[in-house]
Amino acid sequence: MKDKSAQTSLRLENVSHQYGLVSVIHDLNLEVHPGEVVVLVGPSGCGKTTILNILSGFIKPVSGKVIKKGIIRTVYQQDGLFPWLTVSENISLGLRVITDSAGREKELNELIELIHLEGFENHYPHQLSGGMRQRVELARVLAGDTDILLMDEPFSALDYQTRLRMRKELVRILKNRPRTVVFVTHDIEEATQLADRVLVLSGRPAAVRHELQITAARPRNGTDPAVIEAMKEILTVLDL
Amino acid sequence: MKRIRPERNSLQILLPACILLAVLLLWYIISYTNLFPAYALPSPAAVLKSFIEEIKVGRLFNDMIASLWRVAVGFVLSAILGIPTGLWLGQHLRGRQAFVPMLNFFRFLSPLAWIPFAILWFHIGDKPAIFLIFMATFFPLALATMAAVATIPSIYFRVAKDYHYKGFELLSKVTFPAVLPQIITAMRVSYGISWVVIVAAEMVGCQDGLGYGIWEARNGLRLDSAVCYMIIIGLLGMGIDRLLAQLTKLPNVRWGYER
Repeated sequence: MKDKSAQTSLRLENVSHQYGLVSVIHDLNLEVHPGEVVVLVGPSGCGKTTILNILSGFIKPVSGKVIKKGIIRTVYQQDGLFPWLTVSENISLGLRVITDSAGREKELNELIELIHLEGFENHYPHQLSGGMRQRVELARVLAGDTDILLMDEPFSALDYQTRLRMRKELVRILKNRPRTVVFVTHDIEEATQLADRVLVLSGRPAAVRHELQITAARPRNGTDPAVIEAMKEILTVLDL
Repeated sequence: MKRIRPERNSLQILLPACILLAVLLLWYIISYTNLFPAYALPSPAAVLKSFIEEIKVGRLFNDMIASLWRVAVGFVLSAILGIPTGLWLGQHLRGRQAFVPMLNFFRFLSPLAWIPFAILWFHIGDKPAIFLIFMATFFPLALATMAAVATIPSIYFRVAKDYHYKGFELLSKVTFPAVLPQIITAMRVSYGISWVVIVAAEMVGCQDGLGYGIWEARNGLRLDSAVCYMIIIGLLGMGIDRLLAQLTKLPNVRWGYER
């Protein structure tokens, strides 16, 4: 039950998309393996978020095939929590599929413990810090039977130190509950600390310009040799 | 913090009390110097005397109940019909295109323009007053609710979709709570409108009520009694607004006022 990542599949075949006359994605092929953490990096406006929206089904691409198996949920950049619901109630949105109330209660408590927000169950989002709010979002998408997490720059609205802490948190939480993850960011350091595989996208229309595997074990520090090597490689590709 | 608190609290009472005293003093001076004849501006003492009289007779209390009842019925009716109408319009572009011009037209019709119709259709009594309150508050409430729905961040609907909310559940569990803080504000505003309208409505279509009381006082040239009624109208209006303001303290709407 806890390891939900094994039987998922997520694939884009020759996907193209355009807004009006502007082509944002051209003939993109992308396969995310079960249990893998794939991070997409690229210049802003290159269509990273569009790719996530296509994966989640929010946007239908103009052409190409989207193959997906498993339940997909998205962590948004910010303000994805319902402000009129408490921490518990927000997380419980993700537990709507569990029908017996005892099981739901147990899962809810485990999740709150997992994100270290014991004592904040009845707080409302506006009473929490940005980092706490994103932890609640994480708990909500993990709740129930999610297989695939789509993360759209989930930490970019946080201050630098909180962002570093949240990266560690995400790694710890994914150790506890492995999932298939597609993570979009413009932060190269973040990408190299989190990813099994980094896909560097070119500017519009988005295409995979470079791909690199990072096999070093997580958690990784920003100063680990593997991370620094990978950052150098990506920066070179991006010509920065 | 703890040391500032009591001081601030006492100031909160002291400052408005000073203004109240100043206004009373001004009133007293103007009436003492006979700037206006006594029948046109009653003195504070005359008003106090007529207050005691009205309370003894019991008429003031009856009129209060009559007015409160009319406002309550008219206001609840327009909330029950206006808020769902606004929610529906907020979510349906075609509905907005079709209805909004007409709603706007009626919003700008002064409710007082309806007085002749109210009396011909509903005669004398509670009904014409309730009708006028309804006509005065339904349109602003519906339009305010509709505008609030239009400002809901689209991310809430995306999240709702991720968690399979649709149909009535989407409306009651996402759309409605998302606009509830603004609905409460709109309700306070339209309650204010209805409290203003009731006085005018009762001057023509009723045999009792606070507005009728003022009309009677005018007919008998008893402006001291009219001032009594005015004081009661103002105080009741403020008091009920304070009650409605309590709604903003509900924990699931606080977010709407703290940003």
